[in-house]
Amino acid sequence: MKIHIKGGRIVDPVSGMDEERDILVVNGIIERISSRPSVDGSYQTVDMKGNIIVPGLLDMHVHLREPGYEHKETIETGCESAREGGFTAVCCMPNTNPAIDDESVARYVRQKGQQVCDGIVEVYPIAAATKGRLGEELSPMAELAGAGAVGYSDDGSPIASAEIMRRVLEYSSMFGIPVIQHAEEPTMTMGGCINEGFVSTKSGLPGIPPVAEELMVARDLILLRYIPAAKYHVAHISTASAIELVRRAKADGLQATAEATPHHFTLTDDVTASFDTNTKMNPPLRTADDVEAVRQALKDGTIDAIATDHAPHTIDEKEVEYIEAPFGIVGLETAIGLTMTELVETGLLALDEAIAKLSTNPRRIVGLPAIKFTQGEPANMTFIDPRAKWTVDVQRFKSKSKNSPFHGRVLTGKAIGVLNNGKMYIAGV
Amino acid sequence: MKLSGRHLLGLENMSRDELDLILETAVSFKEVLERPIKKVPPLQGKTIANLFFESSTRTRISFELAERRLSADVISFSQSGSSVSKGETLKDTARNIEAMKIDMVVVRHASAGAAHFLSRVVDANIINAGDGAHEHPTQGLLDMFTLREKHGSLENLRVCVVGDILHSRVARSNIYGLQTMGAKVSVCGPATLIPREIERMGVAVYHRLEDVIPEVDALNVLRVQLERQKRGLFPSLREYHRYFGVTKEKVQKASRPLTIMHPGPINRDVELSADLADSEHSVILQQVTNGVAVRMAVLYLLGTV
Repeated sequence: MKIHIKGGRIVDPVSGMDEERDILVVNGIIERISSRPSVDGSYQTVDMKGNIIVPGLLDMHVHLREPGYEHKETIETGCESAREGGFTAVCCMPNTNPAIDDESVARYVRQKGQQVCDGIVEVYPIAAATKGRLGEELSPMAELAGAGAVGYSDDGSPIASAEIMRRVLEYSSMFGIPVIQHAEEPTMTMGGCINEGFVSTKSGLPGIPPVAEELMVARDLILLRYIPAAKYHVAHISTASAIELVRRAKADGLQATAEATPHHFTLTDDVTASFDTNTKMNPPLRTADDVEAVRQALKDGTIDAIATDHAPHTIDEKEVEYIEAPFGIVGLETAIGLTMTELVETGLLALDEAIAKLSTNPRRIVGLPAIKFTQGEPANMTFIDPRAKWTVDVQRFKSKSKNSPFHGRVLTGKAIGVLNNGKMYIAGV
Repeated sequence: MKLSGRHLLGLENMSRDELDLILETAVSFKEVLERPIKKVPPLQGKTIANLFFESSTRTRISFELAERRLSADVISFSQSGSSVSKGETLKDTARNIEAMKIDMVVVRHASAGAAHFLSRVVDANIINAGDGAHEHPTQGLLDMFTLREKHGSLENLRVCVVGDILHSRVARSNIYGLQTMGAKVSVCGPATLIPREIERMGVAVYHRLEDVIPEVDALNVLRVQLERQKRGLFPSLREYHRYFGVTKEKVQKASRPLTIMHPGPINRDVELSADLADSEHSVILQQVTNGVAVRMAVLYLLGTV
């Protein structure tokens, strides 16, 4: 298949390119990038005038729910959601049933990803760090790496035991694969459902103290200092104090990285006063000071990546008492809109900086090769209309689940398609 | 004048005029309760369901009495524990009951926000009879009514809520309602049972009864629950009683006799000494009487629009 992508503005954080160029793609490989290529009739022409073309996006933190919770999402619907949202790759978390703690499950997830959506969305499993995600025994990390795992995490549960965390860091360091921590001191958070502070005091909802995150990050960074060969990544960091710890660890040269979700740079815990269960996620929405700290850390590089923590739950699961509702919201189809609206339109991040957080940096963290806009390289790209003004409508989500607090919100910037593995997809058509 | 909303979910967002309206209406109903025939017709033909997902004999009886005295038809449903654990969701339970053409729903539930949730999924008027640690608006109103009756006005009245503020919906409704009416509210309890940043709600925080007693006109003493001890929130009922139990000896330090309130049921000689509970300054039984009048007022104002 020969494709002529015409007139788009290429924004590539890796090479620093920011120019209007045409791209010729032949059988999934970039044949040429130039100003006005002469093209014969064998090419399918796609007009990208006014749109931007960026390296294919990677969401390094999604829950695809398969195997085990297919009523919430499947690898197929999750990939459709990713594709619609402009992602050409996702890393899926191991809190499935069975957990991804065995090479057969990792392989299943990886292969299923290749079979759905024409293989346009690559699925990279994050394997459990411990067997059954119970925090007691190491998972078979070498075998899991062999089956395609790109990270180790017990996400949803923290690795609570310091001894086990030490061993996880040591053992994983042999493979150069990061340990991704859901940072939460669990003895302090039991039963909690929103950030502990003024808002929880007013509403009487049980609180999750911000120091529970800080404590776990602090402990882990102390362990990382002891085991500097390991790579440590803080998932969905949400508190100003934990961010400061990561900032210092980075300054000290530790291999520590962090991600933040769009909801943690957009919403504060004030929205939980509605008792809308789509405002319930873990870590919880925090205070305005924390949101500002997340934004500043995205700016100064302390937070490397934007990841959605896409966590599908059915309407029936969410339409219950706040305390009973499961944590999490879907995020794949609002990530670009929120990033563009909240971070780029506001002038906080340059466009290429924002794209780096959604592509280059997460790829580096999980050890995937950089995407290059160079002749002879695989064509892996996302098309974005940076000026599209649109209203989030959960009923239009490709995800099986509709649990989003952003329903009805007007966003600027939208993914309009992706091209990867020789396949092209134009969103919403 | 009428209430701005269709529901009574909490006192947090009620205006002074609305609170005044409820309290004034309750005065009239209290007069009704003094008559030989205590029944009036305004809710004739209305059906009210009392959904108690958490056991509470006295609140339920108070509501039922208020409903019957307004001539409403009443059904009551009690089920303790989470509805989820029983296999039917709260939403389904409520919708089923609504399908039987219920006009008003009074709901008590262990989960904060349960009444708000119901107000979104059913059409009936919702009255919150206590949702988790969030609000218990009719308790707040009856406390305000009782204090107003005793002291004449709530303006600048100094009220301290004593005990487990963290888990108390009564404390929150008291703070919201009394502050709107111009009273000065403080809280006193062990540091482990005072929720964070409560000062930002405009209340002073005390950890010693001896410090707050000389500063206030009334104490609203909360029930302490033994299960909090198991969660490491206080060491023992004995120690609690010694340091946070309201006793005759401690209230003697007051500048003038303190009004003693308690939402009930009382753990005698734990949070409140028996002699004080039965003393002339205790208005605990007036609270119970006023509870019926206040609930009649709320039901009347929401049910006759």
